[in-house]
Amino acid sequence: MKDMALDHVLSIKDLTVFRGAAKILDRVTLALGQGETLALVGESGAGKSTIATAIMRLLENARVTGSATLAGEGDLFTLSERKMVKLRGRRLSMIFQDAGTALNPSYTVGRQLGTTLQRIHGLSKAEAWKQAIELFTSVGINDPEGRMTAFPHQLSGGMQQRVMVAIALAGSPDLLLADEPTSALDVTIQAQIVRLILQLTRERGASCVFVLHDLALASQACDRIVVLYAGQVVESGPARDVLERHRHPYTRQLKSCVLEIGAKDLVAPEGTVPSHDQMPIGCRFCTRCPRAVARCADQAPPLVPARQTATGPLDHHIACWNPE
Amino acid sequence: MIAQTLSETKAPASEQPIFELIEVEQVFEVPKPGRSLFSRETVGLRALDGVRLTVRKGTSLAVVGESGSGKSTLLRVLLGLDRPTGGRALYHSKPILEGRASGIAFARDVAMVYQDARGSLDPRMTIGALIAEPLRHFDIVPRQDEAARVAQLLDRVGLPADAADRYPSGLSGGQVRRVAIARALASEPSVLVADEAVSGLDVSTQAQLLILLQSLQRDMGLTLIFITHDLGVASFLCEEIAIMYLGRIVETGPTDAVLGAPSHPYSAALRAAAPQFFEPLSEPLPGEIPSPLNLPAGCRFSTRCPKAQDDCRLKDPQLGKLGPQRAVACLHPLQPQ
Repeated sequence: MKDMALDHVLSIKDLTVFRGAAKILDRVTLALGQGETLALVGESGAGKSTIATAIMRLLENARVTGSATLAGEGDLFTLSERKMVKLRGRRLSMIFQDAGTALNPSYTVGRQLGTTLQRIHGLSKAEAWKQAIELFTSVGINDPEGRMTAFPHQLSGGMQQRVMVAIALAGSPDLLLADEPTSALDVTIQAQIVRLILQLTRERGASCVFVLHDLALASQACDRIVVLYAGQVVESGPARDVLERHRHPYTRQLKSCVLEIGAKDLVAPEGTVPSHDQMPIGCRFCTRCPRAVARCADQAPPLVPARQTATGPLDHHIACWNPE
Repeated sequence: MIAQTLSETKAPASEQPIFELIEVEQVFEVPKPGRSLFSRETVGLRALDGVRLTVRKGTSLAVVGESGSGKSTLLRVLLGLDRPTGGRALYHSKPILEGRASGIAFARDVAMVYQDARGSLDPRMTIGALIAEPLRHFDIVPRQDEAARVAQLLDRVGLPADAADRYPSGLSGGQVRRVAIARALASEPSVLVADEAVSGLDVSTQAQLLILLQSLQRDMGLTLIFITHDLGVASFLCEEIAIMYLGRIVETGPTDAVLGAPSHPYSAALRAAAPQFFEPLSEPLPGEIPSPLNLPAGCRFSTRCPKAQDDCRLKDPQLGKLGPQRAVACLHPLQPQ
């Protein structure tokens, strides 16, 4: 893999996470440029949310190796917790899957956003209140002043997620991690929230990592896609390269399971993800891979450029011994 | 053809529908918001309002809508679990509740796969015992053949025979759904009603289950009523579609025709909001579903409709015919381009 350029907001190298004896992430390497949106896609157990949580240093009961370098701060995994507390909300913040449980049920949403603003910007209570109303307006909450005194349960799922977006963006972070921000929402609301996140991060020049399970949505919302299988990166690159010129058999399989409207053909893949005590030491997909060769089970394939052009390797990588 | 007005349903006996809903209304009396502690004031929540639906034998019908659109209430009426407060709900031309009260035939013929498959299975029973339960209840096979029938059902849904000795907690999400399907098939039903049977699963597991459901429907001639919020699933599995919004079916017809050229602006918005590879993100509908306690005047979609005109806020459109196979509840249906 080519050297991480300096303009990367975040570059993760060989991120490996152990939980007990299980290796739930295996040498994850990825980079994110200024203002880029990146999608982590894969099925459950692929480690998408673990990556986001590890970047925030919110993983519990896990051993983490490798590095995650945030521009200007160095390796996040070596910083003190005190320093991390300062960074969370200011440099990087996270939107969780289920806003209903991420918000505190005992405080009004206005107070939750207000205290965030007071903490991050050192504002007085009155100033924070005023700015909270502005933020609520910018995330499209109608009657923002009235909603300031509402408790989370009094808001719909879509409104709760808007409040989460407002809290996450309160400190104008340059990296936003959105963990399945819309999977609990209806499709018409999903479109509203994804557009809102993209619009607000673009306005602020921030970069965004989306954790998604919907490949089609990833292609619509993100510049780059990283495909994960059982904790390993199998393919990464610009969305079009990964989804239309993919070379990894798993990417093909994942894409073939997406039901487009009007599609009448569907090929169901065989088998399931192996459990961690039965995980192959080599490529973790080899037990289900139609193109597996002898070395796949024993040797983990490195992440290498997927193709060469006259000007050198493209920013499209695969980890496969027998690519398509 | 699933949605017709009463006068048009006088078909020959062989084409008598299995289910027929005529102007079904389900109003729940709920505490009035903001009432005082000791007040007993209630208001009517119109969960279903003027629902017309005809389900013919052997068809597969997708009921699609967002949360709060009344899909689950509709399902409870179809299963005879709730008595509708208005209109008529018929099963083979008799009221559903009458059919349900007159014996076990209805429960045997109409099987259900619940949304929370794991929650629908007793965690203390083995898979074998769970599948044998309906076999005994409906007296399907003699006791000595029970084990063989359980093995047969497990095989039919693609589970290994040794799964019979395991407990639900030892199975994955996809396997648990297969057990729920096997249990539903045990009573040899002619109608299978499934509530979000493939939602919340990984795409590969979902694909496996969809192929299973499709083959079951085709091989056993099942009538399938499938509640889903995923238009891709509806279009793969179901010939017919009924799209609901705020307690009313706003459009019905053959799935491909409806999704290919939606007539109701809400169907069009749902269609556009479904993620599609490399299409620009759709312009979202403004606002959210209004509260069913406070339905908008006129057409219930008029507050969010991009095509709403003045009369939409005055007149409430009913589901009416549009061509031979389709029906739409809109004063100004979209014209196919």
